[in-house]
Amino acid sequence: MEITKGNVEHVAELARLEITEHEKDIFTEQLSNILDYVEMLNELDTKEVSPTSHVVPLVNVFREDEIKEVLKKDEALKNAPEKEDGYFKVPRVIE
Amino acid sequence: MKYFGLKVHEAHKLIKDREISSEQLTKSIMDRIEDVEGIVHGYVTVTKEYALKKAREMDKKIAEGEEPGPLSGIPCAIKDNICTKDILTTCSSKILKNFKPPYSATVYQKLEEQGCIMIGKTNMDEFAMGSSTENSGFFTTRNPWDPARVPGGSSGGSSAVVAADEALFALGSDTGGSIRQPASFCGVVGFKPTYGRVSRYGLIAFASSLDQIGPITKDVRDCALILNAICGHDPMDSTSVPADVPDFTRFVDKDIKGIKLGVPKEYYTMQIDDSVKKETGEAVTNLANMGAEKVELEMPYTAYALPAYYLINPAEASSNLARYDGIRYGFTYEDAENLLEAYKKTRSSGFGPEVKRRIMLGTYALSSGYYEDYYLKAQKVRSLIARDFDQAFKNCDVIVTPTAPTVSFRTGEKIDDPLMMYLNDIFTVPVSMAGLPAVSIPCGFVNGLPVGLQIIGKPFDEGTIIKVASAFERMLALDKVKPLFGSYVRGGA
Repeated sequence: MEITKGNVEHVAELARLEITEHEKDIFTEQLSNILDYVEMLNELDTKEVSPTSHVVPLVNVFREDEIKEVLKKDEALKNAPEKEDGYFKVPRVIE
Repeated sequence: MKYFGLKVHEAHKLIKDREISSEQLTKSIMDRIEDVEGIVHGYVTVTKEYALKKAREMDKKIAEGEEPGPLSGIPCAIKDNICTKDILTTCSSKILKNFKPPYSATVYQKLEEQGCIMIGKTNMDEFAMGSSTENSGFFTTRNPWDPARVPGGSSGGSSAVVAADEALFALGSDTGGSIRQPASFCGVVGFKPTYGRVSRYGLIAFASSLDQIGPITKDVRDCALILNAICGHDPMDSTSVPADVPDFTRFVDKDIKGIKLGVPKEYYTMQIDDSVKKETGEAVTNLANMGAEKVELEMPYTAYALPAYYLINPAEASSNLARYDGIRYGFTYEDAENLLEAYKKTRSSGFGPEVKRRIMLGTYALSSGYYEDYYLKAQKVRSLIARDFDQAFKNCDVIVTPTAPTVSFRTGEKIDDPLMMYLNDIFTVPVSMAGLPAVSIPCGFVNGLPVGLQIIGKPFDEGTIIKVASAFERMLALDKVKPLFGSYVRGGA
């Protein structure tokens, strides 16, 4: 599968990554190589095979809906780069 | 006397008999770190004061009459993707370089409750993405057997510090081989338990359907002791399985007569160094000579595990790593004009090249129009791989293979070619895809560098793996061979 520089730019945008022109060239080549390699999966007929998303035979895991101790607000905010009045502070969202 | 070279069970006996204190043992480890860490570079953080304080507390309890358990006062190292409350947990990433978790991982809590003394957090490939520890956002760890070579990865720090006697044991994490491959490269024992056996609560998520925590130790008995301490159901991890946990030490030093060893031909014919093939082939013969029965197997889907893994793993990673936005914790880019720019600048300067590559690959594989061709296809192939193992285990008790296709390679040798690096995991990935337990134990040397043998078990049958590994270890006595940072001797330092 040939990946174009345009694909790389689009994916970077989706992943919220800003990449340099140099990185674009490298990723275009490396991602193409990796996708060429995974192409070998198409040698296998998987029409009748169901996908495995999880290996453990667990279905729904329920617990009682009880009030329990949770992280305190100041602990949750402890690592925040910017905070104000008990909230996380973010840059401007609406122009 | 130097205590740093002791194994966990040896140190326990001395502590129990009041011959040494935990403080003496911990100090000995700190001296050792001072001596060799300049070569090894295995630790991101050494928690010296914390460790000595904990050790003294433990000694006081013992002096007051508390009977020490098997891990009481034992110094250990923890991989830096396992959360330790109020102690730096970086994932060896610049994006988490200042992160002090507000809670601890279940495994760490369990070890603390059993009296373990944490002496530091170990270096790794950033977010556990890599097979050489060269992808650490901080520095590269070196292999104690030859400092010009890599310790493997991603639990390279954990494996190197155990091999270099800078910790009595360590915890690592394994997604596609990240405990087993570095254990193989460093000549130590590395165990990946069955998926669901050990709680992942507090393990910083990488590829959630594959990640599993496990021990890295100096011998098989120690491995069993640590498994006893960390296995078990945890309501905080909904993928942890409520299965009974046996006393794994019961499987140590047992006879292996009649045990059926599956030997899949695919693992010995794919891209593998002749020297590694020879060493692991001899290992299988030796096991057979101890009364185990060799069963030849065919596992036709083996070669497809790696390409399927390199779709599933980046897909899950790209989703898990979406949380690093620079707002709630971690590194943030401060001069952004708006939120979108803040996200992009934070993530672009916080993540290293391999992390970006996997995020890009995963995002692509999950994006509209490609999902069915890539992600879904890979998940279907995953079913075929699991089926291969189901079939194989109808005819054998364990499967024996090389852990990695080569011994440790030189630093810098593969770092520019991601595909070459990925091929390191060719023998460990199938096991991860099927969620099975497996150990890597030392089985010999090639040019003075350790070779690892992988022993794979049925789901939740870690005990049989321990039994076979222990018998093999007893025969070879390789646990007595110590690295000398460039040259090596038999018989122990």
